[in-house]
Amino acid sequence: MRKVAVIGAGMTLFRRRLMETPKELCFEATRMALDSAGIELKDVDAVISGSAPDGFDGVHMKGEYYSDGCGAYGKPYMRVFVGGGTGVFSAISGWYHIASGLADIALVVNEEKMSSCQPHPQSVFAHIWDPILDRPLKPNLIWIFAMEMNRYMTVHKIKKEDIALVAVKNKRNAVDHPCAQLADPNITVDDVLNSEVLAWPVQRLDISPPSDGAAALVMASEDAVKRLHVETPVWMKGVGWCIDSTMWTDRDLYFPEYVARAAKMAYKMAKIDNPRKQIDFAEPYDPFDYKELHHMEGLLLAKKGEAPIMTREGVTQRDGDLPTCPSGGLLGVGNPIAATMGVKIGELYWQLSGQAGKRQIPHEIKTGVTNAWGDLMQYGAVAVMGV
Amino acid sequence: MAGIYGNQRTFLCTSSFPSREHEDLEDKGGISLKVGIIGIGIAGFRTTTPELSWKELTYEAAAKAYQDAGVDPRKDVKAFVTCAEDYWEGFGIFDEFTPDQIGGALRPVCTVCGDGIHGLATGFMQIQTGLVDVVAVEAHSKISDLLTYEGVVQHALDPIWNKPLRGHPFYVAGLEMNAFLRASGNTEKHCAAVVEKNRNNAMRNGIAAYGANVDLNDILTSEKAFDPLKKLEISGLADGAVVLVLASDVAAKKLKRKPVWIKGVGWANDSPSLETREWERAKYAELAAQMAYRLAKVKNPAREIDFAEVDDRFSYKELQHLESLGLAKKGQAGKMTANGDTALDGKFPVNASGGSLGCGDVVEASGLHRVAEVALQLRGDAGKRQLDGVKVGIAQSWRGIPTTSGAVAIMGVNQ
Repeated sequence: MRKVAVIGAGMTLFRRRLMETPKELCFEATRMALDSAGIELKDVDAVISGSAPDGFDGVHMKGEYYSDGCGAYGKPYMRVFVGGGTGVFSAISGWYHIASGLADIALVVNEEKMSSCQPHPQSVFAHIWDPILDRPLKPNLIWIFAMEMNRYMTVHKIKKEDIALVAVKNKRNAVDHPCAQLADPNITVDDVLNSEVLAWPVQRLDISPPSDGAAALVMASEDAVKRLHVETPVWMKGVGWCIDSTMWTDRDLYFPEYVARAAKMAYKMAKIDNPRKQIDFAEPYDPFDYKELHHMEGLLLAKKGEAPIMTREGVTQRDGDLPTCPSGGLLGVGNPIAATMGVKIGELYWQLSGQAGKRQIPHEIKTGVTNAWGDLMQYGAVAVMGV
Repeated sequence: MAGIYGNQRTFLCTSSFPSREHEDLEDKGGISLKVGIIGIGIAGFRTTTPELSWKELTYEAAAKAYQDAGVDPRKDVKAFVTCAEDYWEGFGIFDEFTPDQIGGALRPVCTVCGDGIHGLATGFMQIQTGLVDVVAVEAHSKISDLLTYEGVVQHALDPIWNKPLRGHPFYVAGLEMNAFLRASGNTEKHCAAVVEKNRNNAMRNGIAAYGANVDLNDILTSEKAFDPLKKLEISGLADGAVVLVLASDVAAKKLKRKPVWIKGVGWANDSPSLETREWERAKYAELAAQMAYRLAKVKNPAREIDFAEVDDRFSYKELQHLESLGLAKKGQAGKMTANGDTALDGKFPVNASGGSLGCGDVVEASGLHRVAEVALQLRGDAGKRQLDGVKVGIAQSWRGIPTTSGAVAIMGVNQ
């Protein structure tokens, strides 16, 4: 199997970006990634993009619309879309473009512009339900995540305080991230517990904010890495992806089996049989604070119900034994759905290549894992990266 | 590898396209291809399917494809690919609804926002990596559910520069037809000959929704729609689903199936903006073909390829695409069509299936249907429209107005 590395990355400020079009956001991240890799567009063989619902931007086939912003003009170009899982899956797509032998250097650009959706991007989520079984109930995404959080807390007897620790850790970590939208150096567990209740047990500070932004990666084959004399390539060691049934009402929500299956697929490829020992740090997908814990268990980094205990004991702090979301995650940096590639795959690249600056994990790290999660609590995309 | 499209300049004008030359990779002569099609399933096509959901349509196509391939999707198929766009489907996140009807629950499934040939290319790449050995590719259309087709296509235009101009976006096709005819020398009569051929071919195809015994006069006198484009030159919409099962050479052997081999795939985008694209040529098709020909080691497509299924959503598109693919000389595709060279019994049959004009425009499933038709012809399973002695065929797709996105697949009976 051809080896594939990430050799450059870029991401924009995560904010409400009213002044920029989706094309411009793509351009900004693409330019940064190309500069970071020290290459030009003419060196790129194929372009992959990822973006979540077209409804956010209000543009049908938005991947076609913003393609020139991604530098796809006159090139093989493909957009992938697996809901929130797109933040990691598009990098997996970049991987198979190169591992297949069809491309030597690929550019992966993820974009999201949620602010153009008025009055709130939640209105797009009114259209994600089964039109016969779910939609007439007028459900809302926060409600079903509240059900999942509740189930997780009930099965393992987890206290809200322990879950709030995740929000506190990530929003504090984000202070060191230049793109962060919701960093807060002084946030406490009480702040989270006293924030507005949206749908019990979900409170405002348990959730990452909607955002606009873009992120980009340059990926390259082993030959290209040698040819370009890349000093710090970060290799894609394993990839896995998995979707569960659309019928979310039919499964026990306390454990994300689809994440576990995607993780096992990635670990098998990366030849990892004891993830807790062989993985040095993780960027689990954290649009809600409980999701970081849920995903640590799905990624087999913690036993079922053990992730809150690890968090309480400080294991997941940046200087802990298994740092999680050293970037600040979605909770701290922001959640422009597909563009969170910058805080997931991007952070793994920056940490493993020693470019994370103030966010750099203080001890030696060799292998990291990340996942993205999406659709109706049903998609797992997992990538293991290493030096 | 000298850029993904290679550095051969023998048959296509690529002066504006950048090339890179890396001798170390060039010496290896490309990559060894090992993917074939072992299962074909088609459901539909019909102008409306009120008694079926998109899930049921897709299920029917999937069940047929798995039976044809002799595979158990829960055991033998290692990954699944869906081709879909949210707005066509009427959902916020359509990917949610992809797994169950194709047997993909708790398995690796992904959605590509592309035409069926983009999906085919995705499955092809996934197998080429060596990570998976059997992949199912699905594309479908339930376009009859869509009450506001014109509005949805309007939303694909640039929201600042073009959408505010209003009007049915097919005006883009009218403008492009005008530019193409003027630059190439093909005529409106040539375009009408495409419609006559394809809708008559469709009379021999059991799945076709728009087969009709129309003649040149019917077409040329039909109502002007987007001048010079006439009403009968626009493909009608249809519902339907196509599922293909791809397998590596090793897996195909194990499953005791004789595959139709994928000899090359290619895809490309031109400028998305109406203002900066080249209206008279289909550059996306030129580039996609160049990539596919390079992988398939095709030097002279017109001689080495026996027949074609190309995008014909609008009559002129078939002519434009034939010339862009190097299957007809510039300005000659119309004459070839009028002479009968592209007819079922012609020297180079084009759209024997009936194409989109005859079978119906099944949105993202259009390309996958063209691939399925090429595979059926190569297997000798094309029934009343079977072509004699064909060994290599090409399928080409375009994502429709207002995109400049297209893909190409070349298939053959020999690996």
